[in-house]
Amino acid sequence: MPSPELPGTSEPLRVSILTQGQFLIVSIHTALDDTQMTRLQEDLIEQVGRQRSRGIIVDVSTLDVLDSFATRTLTQLAHVARLRGAETVVVGISPEVAIAMVQLSLQMSFVHTALDLEEGLQRLGELTGALDEAAFLGTRSRG
Amino acid sequence: MTDQRQIDEAKQDDLGEPEFLLPELVAHLRHLRTPLRQEWANRINDAHLLSSMTAQEVFSEATSVYDNYVEVLETGSVEALRRYARDLSERIIPRGVETHEVVGIVLLLRDVLARSLFEKYRNDFDLLNRVLDAYEPAANRIANTVAVSFVEERERVIRQQQDSLLELSTPVLQVRERLLILPIIGVLDDMRARQLTEQLLGGIRNHRAKVVVVDITGVPDVDQAVANSLVQTVDASRLMGAEVIITGLSSKIAQTLVTIGVDLNKMRTVGDLQGGIEEAERQLGFRVTRPTDAQP
Repeated sequence: MPSPELPGTSEPLRVSILTQGQFLIVSIHTALDDTQMTRLQEDLIEQVGRQRSRGIIVDVSTLDVLDSFATRTLTQLAHVARLRGAETVVVGISPEVAIAMVQLSLQMSFVHTALDLEEGLQRLGELTGALDEAAFLGTRSRG
Repeated sequence: MTDQRQIDEAKQDDLGEPEFLLPELVAHLRHLRTPLRQEWANRINDAHLLSSMTAQEVFSEATSVYDNYVEVLETGSVEALRRYARDLSERIIPRGVETHEVVGIVLLLRDVLARSLFEKYRNDFDLLNRVLDAYEPAANRIANTVAVSFVEERERVIRQQQDSLLELSTPVLQVRERLLILPIIGVLDDMRARQLTEQLLGGIRNHRAKVVVVDITGVPDVDQAVANSLVQTVDASRLMGAEVIITGLSSKIAQTLVTIGVDLNKMRTVGDLQGGIEEAERQLGFRVTRPTDAQP
């Protein structure tokens, strides 16, 4: 019998990490299992170091559930990322998910939250301060 | 033993009879429509039922019920009666007619008609028995239908009122771009607290709000469950990227919050609604100035 491989270790990460200026943007649009979640965290942390990112945005707007493991992983991600110099903003938590999370007493300390991607980018701009938000959002093309 | 069997056999013979007994019964009731109807209306008055309606109204409704009643006996279908009973209930519920009154008048009609049957068939006890066999199940079914229709209609009205009360009770209003206020008035119970949470979170999403001022000046007191739910609402709003400012806490509510040990760092409170809005405006970068101040 072949040794059972953990699901998700061999297959590629089902989430793409986009780079936008000094920020990393991840949109989670399928429910990720725990292994995938952990891998996402590792990949993000690694990219923060390699790309010298100042912020991470995790978009969860298409998820209809955020379980305790996902919440903990996101919190952990925020902690580790902060140690490496990046702030984390989770965006797009829907009303239903928000209610469920507070009812389960799932806390996301050190994690910033914003309504959607746009808000999240603005928030990161404020948080990191280093980057002029207008320049980041592409005023250059406008000007 | 033999007698018993004869009776049993006789009963079996009668099984087919209700079919032709009922038409006879119906004809009888149609024939005596006027006196029976009057008798019924009198008995309703004597029993002080439907006291909120005038005698004229009682009589005209009695006529309709009577006709429907006879029709049910004739056709065996309660559909038309049910529709009429719904309709009637809709008309009389706002007048304050109670369930016992409706059940009472239908039972009275049943009795009035039964009496008239007794009188007609009093010479032939056997026949009377068979007529009653046909009459009673139908009559009971009618009483049942009317009572159930009435109660159903009443429940529907109550539900409707509850819904509209709930809708009215938690308005979400936008006062500035990205600033919402939720004035809450009246006792906050579990259900309203849950609805408040839903409305607030929905409002945050729809209006893209960043700050929400929840004014609870009009709430006299909250219990622990509701206080907890209020705290949860604040937490959930933060997860959606909006900050909640609570204003107008009464001293009692403040006591409750302290007693249940709410983490006060997580909850922002300002004394009154005006202060809350000013604080929210400051946070959003609005500055309100009088035109005279702007042009010195």
